[in-house]
Amino acid sequence: MNQITESTVAMGAPLLEVRDLCCERDERMLFAGLSFVVECGTVLQIAGNNGSGKTTLLRILCGLNDGYDGEIIWRGESTHDTAESFAGDLLYFGHRVGVNKILTPLENLRWSAGMQRNVNDQLLLDALEAVGLRGFEESPCYTLSAGQQQRVSLARLRLSPATLWVLDEPFTTLDVDAVAQLEQTLADHARQGGAVIVTTHHKLTMPSVSRLTLGVS
Amino acid sequence: MLSVAVKPSTRSAFMLTLKRDLLIAFKRKNDIVNPFMFFVIVISLFPLAISPEGERLAEIAAGVIWIAVLLSAMLSMDSLYRGDFEDGSLEILLLSPHPLFFLVLAKNIAHWLVSGLPVVIASPLLAYMLKLPSESYATLMLTLLVGTPTLSLIGSIAVALTVGLGSRGLILAVITLPFSVPVLIFGTLAVQASASGLPSGGYLTLLLALLAGSLSLAPLTSAAALRISVS
Repeated sequence: MNQITESTVAMGAPLLEVRDLCCERDERMLFAGLSFVVECGTVLQIAGNNGSGKTTLLRILCGLNDGYDGEIIWRGESTHDTAESFAGDLLYFGHRVGVNKILTPLENLRWSAGMQRNVNDQLLLDALEAVGLRGFEESPCYTLSAGQQQRVSLARLRLSPATLWVLDEPFTTLDVDAVAQLEQTLADHARQGGAVIVTTHHKLTMPSVSRLTLGVS
Repeated sequence: MLSVAVKPSTRSAFMLTLKRDLLIAFKRKNDIVNPFMFFVIVISLFPLAISPEGERLAEIAAGVIWIAVLLSAMLSMDSLYRGDFEDGSLEILLLSPHPLFFLVLAKNIAHWLVSGLPVVIASPLLAYMLKLPSESYATLMLTLLVGTPTLSLIGSIAVALTVGLGSRGLILAVITLPFSVPVLIFGTLAVQASASGLPSGGYLTLLLALLAGSLSLAPLTSAAALRISVS
């Protein structure tokens, strides 16, 4: 056992390793014996039918849900032991996008991006421009469309210092151009040494995508 | 791009959260004004319903004000985490690389500043309406200043526990009230004591102890409750 740990450290432990993950929900086995590795520079697409446990898996990986058995290893250590450094290196984009409708996109980002790194307004404006929200930065988010609100949250991707991005259906309400742009952002992140775990029914065209399909035994 | 980003200190994360919550409160004025108006209306009904006679009112003044404070605090609590839960900001809060204790505390302080503090400031006016002896005004304000944050902190636990439930109804009150009763008792006792010319320091000290206890334990409990509610 000791030897194995030493050798993995010597070879450089993978960014994220999942060992023998099981999750049961409402007496239904979502997945069992799930093991996979996410290395820096890769994109992992999680596929599966509706209700196959994609969102649950992502929430378990982030630490939002602890109803599971198995081990999640972050840079060679269990995520339970490295919670704080793990949180600083993780960006989660969920079904609920984390955009307050009363606040403006700028005010939303000032908080949601500012929790992970120091930001100034110029950085935030640049990020909003990059996701095509220039001119909307001072409008309350309830006046924006669903796709635009999603873009506000996706602007965090351009600001976050995190290595691992965990994205739950980030493509759903985006238009064709924004989808292409987001794919480019994910590919760029992987090329710069980051890692992405993404659930989507959309077919990803970028290179270096591996797929994990839930719900098939 | 990845390397230059500096992780903000916990202190700046605390301030960011405080500022954000205050900003939301000022943009959504109903959440502040409704509980406060409720507080004022409940108290102003007593002289009409009981008797405008000074003596009888003065006797119940302390209790009436404290009950109104308790009820309006409960009314205002619901907005504490609900919005963040519904729009997903709570997940960002839980996954931030900062101790949740301080972030929850920041939210509690922001909530108290907009819901508790106005009540404390308005209380002498309402005490005047209820003919409370003027020498107890200071004690009343002091007890409220110490008691309302305690109520907010206790309420925060209950709201954090129930934020994931669809229809909450009375659950919030059922969880909060037993823990709020000591605050109510010591608060009214202190004011009544000072109204009859007795020292109220002992009750105030007990209120302070309750505040110190809830200040150190409630954010911790709320944080744990939020994690349960989200998972």
